[in-house]
Amino acid sequence: MTAFLEFDHLRVDVPTPMGPRPVLRSVNLAIAAGEAVGLVGESGSGKSLTARSVLGLLPGGATIAGAVRFRGTDIGTLDAAGLRRLRSREVAMVFQDPRATVNPVRTIGDFLTEVLRERGMSRSAALALAGGILADIGVDDVPRRLKQRPYELSGGLLQRVVIAAALAGEPALILADEPTTALDVTTQEEVVAILDEQRRQRGTALLFISHDLELATAVCDRIAVMYAGEIVEILPAKSLHEEARHPYTKALLRARPGSVPPGERLQIVPGTPQSGIEAPPGCVFADRCPVVEADCRTTVPLLVGGVACHLEVP
Amino acid sequence: MTLALAAPLRLPARRLAALGWASSLAGLICALVVLIAVFAPWIAPHDPNAVDPLNAYAPLSAAHPLGTDDLGRDLLSRLILGSRTSLAGPLVVIVLSGATGTALAVSAAWIGGWFDAAVSRVLDILFAFPGLVLAITVAALFGAGFLAPVVALSLAYVPIIARVMRAAALRERSLPYVEALRVQGFSGWHICRRHLLPNLAPLLVVQAAISFGYAMIDLASISFLGLGLQPPAADWGLMIANGQPSILAGFPQQSIAAAVAVVITVVAFTVVAERMAAR
Repeated sequence: MTAFLEFDHLRVDVPTPMGPRPVLRSVNLAIAAGEAVGLVGESGSGKSLTARSVLGLLPGGATIAGAVRFRGTDIGTLDAAGLRRLRSREVAMVFQDPRATVNPVRTIGDFLTEVLRERGMSRSAALALAGGILADIGVDDVPRRLKQRPYELSGGLLQRVVIAAALAGEPALILADEPTTALDVTTQEEVVAILDEQRRQRGTALLFISHDLELATAVCDRIAVMYAGEIVEILPAKSLHEEARHPYTKALLRARPGSVPPGERLQIVPGTPQSGIEAPPGCVFADRCPVVEADCRTTVPLLVGGVACHLEVP
Repeated sequence: MTLALAAPLRLPARRLAALGWASSLAGLICALVVLIAVFAPWIAPHDPNAVDPLNAYAPLSAAHPLGTDDLGRDLLSRLILGSRTSLAGPLVVIVLSGATGTALAVSAAWIGGWFDAAVSRVLDILFAFPGLVLAITVAALFGAGFLAPVVALSLAYVPIIARVMRAAALRERSLPYVEALRVQGFSGWHICRRHLLPNLAPLLVVQAAISFGYAMIDLASISFLGLGLQPPAADWGLMIANGQPSILAGFPQQSIAAAVAVVITVVAFTVVAERMAAR
């Protein structure tokens, strides 16, 4: 059986003054239809790039090895028309900052119906459908909203509109790239709840990128932890706290505000976050790992049984 | 010509535009000039081409408010009719150069790479070539008249428009919403047509309006040199030139009236354009 979405030893090199360097080293991940997977990790770990690779959006000059397969089709083999079809019909993306990613001078109605109109739907039918989705996700006063422009809406409301636009195309997969980072904490929960509820109802798969472990575990079935262009651990969201085995995952869990009593200093992950370009040749986490051994610095650990760590080999 | 004019004309125009009454007045003058041009044949008191040698060099009178020229033609009527070609020329220039310049600029900014480099270099070369000289050369080669100088000047104005539009298109293109549109699966053509161009339109209108005044001066200069419209057509630039012998005869009205018309119109349009640019 072919996986719904599969990253198969995906490696992406970008040109640097020192020659090509990897930003993604070896990403292995399979997502089932209708499944929600959270992709967490520090800045520069390659989360966004992993999501973007699904849509064939790689930085200029990047070379790719391995493959991303969506429903069995290697994204790398798609031509421009195939990519456009994939982007407009199969996969939708929700970005971090709704203010920046919506054309500021068009109305909300125009924005929501643009994809549908491209598919040949009439303006009134598209508006009715978009209005219905807005109402579904709890936006009130829909007729007025459709006539407003992005600057007239609050950030949280605008992000809901962006989610409605993503849902309107009835995609099989939604890529959410830190969809709540630009929002304040109270609206974050609302927006994530809407995304979660709607995708469950529609059976849409979700790749949810976040810095926020709590948020990711609340929304996702499984959590993939990324570090320096590699997935170091994959485990069910429910058992993230109890069953985390990789030293990096454990360090991330300790660094959350909830992990220490109020008033005490938060524990930090020692060292600075590394991208795939800077990471050491063996285990990517070796430089910052509290339990590092000699073997870790020379040999790349494979992702076996959900964790990529030499110390966890059964 | 255009470059040399740019500084002396734009700065005072900008100052005038900052004054409320001046920009209102300029707007009024623009509207008036356009109305006169549209309804010229009905407004003109006499046939602009009716020759009356016995009445040549008639002084200012009720019948001939600006007097008559060396052939006895009514100057006011000629001035009114002349507004048509004098406005139509620059209008065609900004429409042609605006459309071509914007199309080039947006496609260069969008496609990028070698195409952008090639377009930009060609525009630079065109930019280095004085527009007026280009127009005069083309008019000399293809024959004087309305079309040749106007088309040549349009070509010369393409880089002026295209430079500004390319910079704006590049900035617009780099905005996240454009990438979001690509992620939604829209083609480059769709994004350019439905998003980039509408968002750039206000800038284009301002650029075109500013260019209008310069194009008018350039075309009047070409007519003055005898390479534009030919007699007996009534055209402001031509009228200035044809009035020259009369000045020596002690009848400077024709040149003065036509020159004043050019100056007032150019200043009015430029002030309005600067007012729009400031918004």
